[in-house]
Amino acid sequence: MLDRRHIIKRAGGLAVALASGQLSIGRAVAESVILPFDNGERPLATYPQKRPLIVLTERPPQLETPFSVFDEGAITPNDAFFVRYHLGGIPLDIDIDTFRLEVGGKVNTPLTLSLQDIKAMAPTEIVAVNQCSGNSRGLVNPRVGGGQLANGAMGNARWVGVSLKSILDKAGVRPEARQVVFEGLDTPVMPQTPDYAKALDIDHARDGETMLAWSMNGTDLPWLNGYPLRVVVPGYYGTYWVKHVNKITVIDGVLENFWMNPAYRIPDNSCACVAPGTKPDKTVPINRFNVRSFITNIRDGATVRASTDTLLRGIAFDGGSGIKEVSISSDGGKTWSGTELGENLGRYSYRTWHTNVKLPAGSHNLLVRATSRSGEVQPMEQRWNPSGYMRNVVESVRVHAA
Amino acid sequence: MKDIKLGVGSLAAFALAIAAGTATVAGSKEYTLPDETAALTKSDDAGYEKAEAVCMACHSVDYITTQPPGKGKDFWSATVNKMMHIYGAPVDEADVSAIVDYLAKNY
Repeated sequence: MLDRRHIIKRAGGLAVALASGQLSIGRAVAESVILPFDNGERPLATYPQKRPLIVLTERPPQLETPFSVFDEGAITPNDAFFVRYHLGGIPLDIDIDTFRLEVGGKVNTPLTLSLQDIKAMAPTEIVAVNQCSGNSRGLVNPRVGGGQLANGAMGNARWVGVSLKSILDKAGVRPEARQVVFEGLDTPVMPQTPDYAKALDIDHARDGETMLAWSMNGTDLPWLNGYPLRVVVPGYYGTYWVKHVNKITVIDGVLENFWMNPAYRIPDNSCACVAPGTKPDKTVPINRFNVRSFITNIRDGATVRASTDTLLRGIAFDGGSGIKEVSISSDGGKTWSGTELGENLGRYSYRTWHTNVKLPAGSHNLLVRATSRSGEVQPMEQRWNPSGYMRNVVESVRVHAA
Repeated sequence: MKDIKLGVGSLAAFALAIAAGTATVAGSKEYTLPDETAALTKSDDAGYEKAEAVCMACHSVDYITTQPPGKGKDFWSATVNKMMHIYGAPVDEADVSAIVDYLAKNY
């Protein structure tokens, strides 16, 4: 994290910011963005180790990635990666020499591991998207309470760490084990507030892909993304990717704390949806991502040149089957044309895509739709649920060709 | 984390790192959050100061100000109740209606 190159880059950035601040103080103060929904104005702020990000909340920090970042490529840079905390007591002082991961519960040999111990184990690496359950909640109609995010509470990174399976095998999971519970260094402000803890079923925890990562895109995890160690659950929503993880407990039951139930639940049906304004009869814990795709290089309302090739490009991802195809429509979904997929960084990664379209003069609505290898297709109509989770409706970008 | 070699350049970088909000001594590191700026809409209504006091005990008030506008009293009543009964917010029962009124009127 205190990599020299990084510091120098930061120092350069600081100097530029100061210089421009001298020239235009008023503008620096007024820096904000307007997200595309009612009451969507947000300040931009620069947190340590981060470039200017969209501030949803300050305490604890919740920062959204400006959407233009996703046009930079398949990997989301660490300094642009979104931040989501739940509890006010976030760790502000961490000593990696004394940091320990405790592994206990229904195991034969409880472990106390230093970061050095963990790094000495066989490393594993994966490129995987992390997405907040409530990504895009602000766009849900009718609106629902909760963090009002546009599409920037997601990111894709190369994670290096150790498989959770190898840690659990080292401890020796007892036969009665049913779930594995993760806790991190963050704490509630009020003693009555439920401490943050999430659980995965034992088979999922031992699938060899679920991991404890210490590295993100080739460097230490940024502080606000879980330094020095976080859970990575490829294909699953971010709620399970516990940050600053320091305690793993194998249990012989099912965790039923506030954060597993009633929080982070979705309707127990194939669309995870109900009629807008209604409540589901039965719910399950949120789990795997659905399929999504975005145009990243053209902003809504942009003007493009008519009757000539216009490059469209973007990203797509799903819960881990991989992207089969991404299609574009400029006639409201009556006809679709395919796009060329970019480099395959793995089935949990963003898959870039690009194509050219020729648009006659006038206004157009460009739709982008991904199909996963498992056959899942993005819906044309939004699927609503009371918590505003899992939005994956076909996205559209309005352009004017002239 | 990479070891910091205490050359002149590194010291300068170290000082900049502190200025930038992260600091390191051996394996110990600190992170400094920017100052909080979010504020509730000022009001003479009784609920304003009470809301500020109890809500800000645990979180910044942008949790409130960024909610979809005009959700009404039922929404804010449910939220205040959730804060009290699930999160343990230190709200006097006697203050609940003033707080809900203020929130429903302003957000």
